[in-house]
Amino acid sequence: MIPPIFGLFALLGALALNAVQAADLRIGMAADITSMDPHAVNITPNNNIGWHVFDALVHVDADARIVPGLAQSWRALDGTTWEFRLRRDVRFHDGSPFTAEDVLFSIERAEKLPNGQYASFVQRLTEKRAVDPYTVRVKTATPYAMVPYDLNSIFIVSKKAAATASPEDFNSGKAMVGTGPFRFTRFARGDRVELAKNPAYWGGAPAWDKVTFRIIPNDPARIAALLSGDVDAIEAIPTQDLARLRGDKRFGLAQKVSWRTLFFHTDQYRDPSPFVTDRAGKPLAKNPLRDANVRLAISKAINRQAIVERVMENAAVPASNLVSPPVFGHLASIKPEAYDPEGAKRLLARAGYAEGFAMTLHAPNNRYVNDDQIAQAVAQMLARVGIATKVETLPINVYLPRARNGDFSFSLLGWGSFSGDLALRALLAAPDAGKGYGAWNWSHYANAALDKLLDQGFATVDEKKREAIAREAAAIALKDQALVPLHHQIAIWAMKSGISYVARTDEYTFAHHMK
Amino acid sequence: MNAPPAALPGLLPRFARDGVALAALALLALLIAAAVLAPWIAPQNPYDLAQLDLLDGRLPPGALAADGRSVLLGTDDQGRDILSAILYGMRTSLLAGTLSTLGALALGLLLGLGAAWFRGWTEAIIMRAADLQLSFPSILIALVLLALLGQGLDKIIIALIAVQWAYYARTARAAALAEREKDYISAARALGLKPLRIILAHLLPNCLPPMTVVATVQIAAAISLEATLSFLGLGLPITEPSLGLLIANGYAYLLSGKYWISFFPGLALLGLIVCINLVADRLRDLLDPRRMAG
Amino acid sequence: MAVYLLQRLGQALLVLLVMSLLVFAGVYAIGDPMAIMIPPDASQADAARLAASLGLDQPLWRQYLVFLQQAAGGKLGVSFAFQVPAVTLILERLPATLELAIAATLLALLLGIPLGLLAGLRPKSFPGRAIMAGSILGFSLPTFWVGLLLIMLFSVQLGWLPASGRGATLELLGVPVSFLTLDGLQHLLMPALNLALFKLALVTRLVRAGTREALSLDYVRFARAKGLTEARVIGVHVLRNILIPVVTVVGLEFGSLVAFAVVTETIFAWPGMGKLLIDSINVLDRPVIVAYLCVTVLLFVTINLAVDLACAALDPRVRLGGAEQ
Repeated sequence: MIPPIFGLFALLGALALNAVQAADLRIGMAADITSMDPHAVNITPNNNIGWHVFDALVHVDADARIVPGLAQSWRALDGTTWEFRLRRDVRFHDGSPFTAEDVLFSIERAEKLPNGQYASFVQRLTEKRAVDPYTVRVKTATPYAMVPYDLNSIFIVSKKAAATASPEDFNSGKAMVGTGPFRFTRFARGDRVELAKNPAYWGGAPAWDKVTFRIIPNDPARIAALLSGDVDAIEAIPTQDLARLRGDKRFGLAQKVSWRTLFFHTDQYRDPSPFVTDRAGKPLAKNPLRDANVRLAISKAINRQAIVERVMENAAVPASNLVSPPVFGHLASIKPEAYDPEGAKRLLARAGYAEGFAMTLHAPNNRYVNDDQIAQAVAQMLARVGIATKVETLPINVYLPRARNGDFSFSLLGWGSFSGDLALRALLAAPDAGKGYGAWNWSHYANAALDKLLDQGFATVDEKKREAIAREAAAIALKDQALVPLHHQIAIWAMKSGISYVARTDEYTFAHHMK
Repeated sequence: MNAPPAALPGLLPRFARDGVALAALALLALLIAAAVLAPWIAPQNPYDLAQLDLLDGRLPPGALAADGRSVLLGTDDQGRDILSAILYGMRTSLLAGTLSTLGALALGLLLGLGAAWFRGWTEAIIMRAADLQLSFPSILIALVLLALLGQGLDKIIIALIAVQWAYYARTARAAALAEREKDYISAARALGLKPLRIILAHLLPNCLPPMTVVATVQIAAAISLEATLSFLGLGLPITEPSLGLLIANGYAYLLSGKYWISFFPGLALLGLIVCINLVADRLRDLLDPRRMAG
Repeated sequence: MAVYLLQRLGQALLVLLVMSLLVFAGVYAIGDPMAIMIPPDASQADAARLAASLGLDQPLWRQYLVFLQQAAGGKLGVSFAFQVPAVTLILERLPATLELAIAATLLALLLGIPLGLLAGLRPKSFPGRAIMAGSILGFSLPTFWVGLLLIMLFSVQLGWLPASGRGATLELLGVPVSFLTLDGLQHLLMPALNLALFKLALVTRLVRAGTREALSLDYVRFARAKGLTEARVIGVHVLRNILIPVVTVVGLEFGSLVAFAVVTETIFAWPGMGKLLIDSINVLDRPVIVAYLCVTVLLFVTINLAVDLACAALDPRVRLGGAEQ
């Protein structure tokens, strides 16, 4: 009974291997894709599909720098007026021409769609109009340099196809008409998205006739799918399998330093801090984390190189900045703090904590690459310089509300940003809801000089000048040890040998960049 | 009862007639002893982060750690000695399994006897709640409960009690209802004995034997459920891994050939559950009069 | 009969009510779904707008009343994460889970009945003992661990079967099913086997116990004494004696199979509703969690009712409604 069954299995297996066509590409995705509507749910996996079917006026290159998309060029006519010149001869998948009307409609839809999560990118635009079918002008109330960056997040849909469309009409494919490199074929929620080549794509036809994105969030299942030939490429390689894949000739890797930086927020606004005590567990009158020397000691106690090598399997680089090296506003002159446990102890003693103290480190356990392992490793290292550290890891759904609520003293966060000044605005500017500053400033770090530089930068249209200001602002925050940088993730893709991919800083997985 | 419960003194010799069951009992005793003595026999305290060294991470079985000692079953990603982690993990598993089963047994008895004693709407509420629990698969209840409660051994035990008590409540109530009408209870009441005393002295001993076998099997089921929940990421904190969490952590390394992080804890879990089940199976054969065949 | 059915329906509604209230309050207690739903750089005004549009700015009791009102009309809310009605999401994934559970049940029956018969007829033989030992193993092996080992062996080492996901589907009476395509069958085999393992052990033991009991019954002894062939004795008399309890238990256990699919679906990335539940718990998608449990309760109530009715039909001694023990 048994041998014939095994024979049958072998036969099935052989058939499965032969069924793959040369111009078909199957990609294993690490996170669930929830909606096809490009103006509904703003999460990376949805945007990833969006970039295949649609385009935006402004694109981002592999180094996370903005480049022309459906807009050939743009310029600021004055501090508050921007003009975008559109590409001519671009056609939607249904053959209709792309014009300024579609741009205005898409901006309008992103702003008005009920529950839409893209409205914040267009709300600063007080006026939008078409000068001619290939020129769009937008105005803001105050000088605002980030208009092209914001419009990178607005996918352009066809006015004709999406005039009255609901998210369901996009999920069913009825309204999924874009200008992107692939046409939409099918969306099976929780399972896959199927796309077909757009041979007339203005950026050059992609190499694949048919692309299937399979949703496989479970790490081992995704890697097993690649190893067994179920898919041709996968994103977000679990670091545990890097060594094995590097040594396997059947597969190739593509990698690049990602824009995502991991760091610790430190409670700098409360005496005492909820999760800091002395080593015996008794409350401390003062909060040691408010002392910049203590924060520097923590930074020196962390052996970033060891975490990068042992926990991350070299899929990370030690961080000194809020943004990684290729990103706008990175300050190269500041180097990652060197591992120096003796120096850390000396600094602690000088700050009055010769005996050390105790605290709890909070981290998510399902958000960043190896987040729970990183938390434990850091706790080990802090324990060695006298900071007895407990670890509590939580699912991200529980973690974020508590962190925002100010429940933690020392907490891990990961952040990806287009530019250093945007990261500073969210993470370290003094919280100000009206200005949209400091929404994620769990430390409650506040420095008027930093805020002033940010105000100035966002009103500066000249990119060179703005970058200089962003670097100046970063220097202020980093010299204050405003947060404790850990590392920048390295995004890694694996594919069958013979397929190549131009790895991206923004971690997107683009079928049209695979060959 | 149509046959007297097997007398305890005679039980062991008759138990021993089945060689497999005896071996299982011996192995179980060994595993329990190892788990209880873990703090004294384990090479390392795997829950103390200060004793771990990242540089000892992922050593294969038999390799030498930085301080020169040999790690028999390898280490995990944090440099945690797998043997020590298994010993401590078995402690957690056994603790969660036994405490939750005892808790469920106590709660079920209390509610079942209470329902039988008070009747009326007390009984209606208790028994409907029991129906509710029994009509749902245990994993679903535990999953939702833990999602609400959060992490921690105490919360795991609460969730495990919540999925087990109803069976005991039903059985206790049925047994108590049958006993209630018997002469000795009426006599005890007529003598003016307090309800609690009657329950404890007379009803309880009559309800216990049929539940003992079930409770044994339930310990194994609870251990398995705890491991499954930990595997799904709901359960114990990462710094105090139980067997299920160790397997889950090692799961990520299975494909890269670092089998030991997941494999040995899995083996320990399997051994624990198989031994308990084999012992329970033999106990049932001995205690169930309908299956007295030798 | 009508009274009995109404009673059962009333009970089911009460269960639904109690459960939805508990889950509603519970998920509310864990945390604010807003915190995870809004994009990181959204302003407070955006957040307030989103909360208002989802009704999350209302007090809990009012949110619950709104939910009940909509539920009465068959609407169980719109998923926060997918912005699609929760019932739609679940019904989309129901076929995949049912297909997996049915395949597992069939596997358990097709393998379990012969194995149990063999063990019951020859309890002392080596195969008989081996089958019993195997069934204890089947009870003991944690599902997730076996799933892992299956993937290791058949997908990674041997490369015979796909590691994860559901294969190509065909429409059968409007429902997408995968067991009609070769690709679909390949994908189905391992998860179904994984899910079936526990039930396989259960069926094997049930059949063995039933067989042993049947062999000691007078009519079976009589049939044997009369000189009927062994095949006929087993095929007609023994099997008839064991099939009713097996069918009852398998029917009742079908619900737990659907629930345990949560684990199997997670390991094999099977796009069923169990995986949806885990994902929804992870993002606090309350409408989906509540709707999942409502749909599951309905499923269980239906199954239990069907089994009760079937038992009443098969066995005149069972009286409906008079369930006092």
